Amino acid sequence: MNINATFLGQMIAMAFFLWFCSKYVWPPFVAILEERKKKIADGLEAASRAQKDLELAQETSAEKLKEAKAEAAAVIDQANKRAVQIVDEAKEQAREEGQRIIAGANAEIDQEVNRAKEALRAQVSAIAIAGAEKILESSIDQAANEEMLNKLASEL
Amino acid sequence: MAESTAELTVQEYITHHLSFLTFGRIDDHWGFAHSPEEAAEMGFWAINVDTMGWSLFLGAGFLWFFRRVAVSASIDNPSGIQNFVEAVVEFVEARVTEAFDYKNELIGPLCLLLFFWILLMNTMDLVPVDLLTTFGFEPLLHTVFHLENAPFKVVPTTDPNITMGMSVTVFLMIIYYSIKNKGLGGFLGELAFHPFGKWMMPFNLIIEVPTLFAKPISLGLRLFGNLYAGELLFLLIASMLGLWQLPAHFVWAAFHLLVIPLQAFVFMMLTIVYLNAAHEVPHH
Repeated sequence: MNINATFLGQMIAMAFFLWFCSKYVWPPFVAILEERKKKIADGLEAASRAQKDLELAQETSAEKLKEAKAEAAAVIDQANKRAVQIVDEAKEQAREEGQRIIAGANAEIDQEVNRAKEALRAQVSAIAIAGAEKILESSIDQAANEEMLNKLASEL
Repeated sequence: MAESTAELTVQEYITHHLSFLTFGRIDDHWGFAHSPEEAAEMGFWAINVDTMGWSLFLGAGFLWFFRRVAVSASIDNPSGIQNFVEAVVEFVEARVTEAFDYKNELIGPLCLLLFFWILLMNTMDLVPVDLLTTFGFEPLLHTVFHLENAPFKVVPTTDPNITMGMSVTVFLMIIYYSIKNKGLGGFLGELAFHPFGKWMMPFNLIIEVPTLFAKPISLGLRLFGNLYAGELLFLLIASMLGLWQLPAHFVWAAFHLLVIPLQAFVFMMLTIVYLNAAHEVPHH
């Protein structure tokens, strides 16, 4: 159990192994552990940020929904009003049109009556003269009779 | 197991299992030592092929394995093996962050290397004592090198060369970082002017210099002692208890299961503490 060159061999081996370990074994593992730690921290942060975003989005969406509802109600209200207005206008127009048609018809009737009266009047005087001629069979003072007959006709 | 080599006495069996396969210069030629005495005669320029080989094999093996996992590592979808390696790295990193207050890129890999390497070398103690030796490498050595009864140790941390090699490397790092951070004057001043001020300098040196050198010695010998004792008890059980050795092995292995990671952990923690002290610059 004497000390011999194994002692030096072990020292040299240890120095070489230490060089190898510190260059090729230790750094990659430390880097991996570090990177994974960072990744997990980032993930947790992202999750909490997403949670916050979600809450914000929910809030916004609720607000938007409320706004949309109010807007829809306003639109419906307006549409109703407009419909009532259109109906009213149509009614008014129809009434006016009716009135106008009635008035036109009345005017036409009046015109027809007048035209008939005129024609009748003209024919009555001729018939009366013809009748009188037949009755009298004589010539009479046409001017004096005519005046009398015209008077008669205008009384019709 | 011991009964298979019936010609050996208990003492011979244990001595055989406690010696190393040493390669060195003997009688003007290079070769393997045939006995512990021959190994001792070789002096310093000899090498324990068995423990050195296992140490290199385990260290290179686990670093190669970790490197392979690192190359194919994924952040989002780690495999089971990657999870295991990451757990080891994270454990070591947590210990370093806890006990080391300064910035030094080398402490983390150093601790990972020490912890896992020592853990593996200690775990070789759980391999049944004769499985790899009497029934594995020793017949192999006999056929290849014509070595009669050559020993072959598989637990590198039962070799003081291995444990002291590591603790002295740590000690050199302590000296290096002490001088780098405190300056040569600061480092020597710490030895000479503490804890009692400069008028008590000889007394301070008597306290502080042994304290400094006790660090690597206690670090290396603690690991060696624990594993050597564990190995020795396995050998005693194997050589003396006959068939009763099976439950006894089990009980001692269960107990040793605690010692194996604990010693690796202690070695790593003390390394961190010592190197942390080497970075401390006192405020005056």
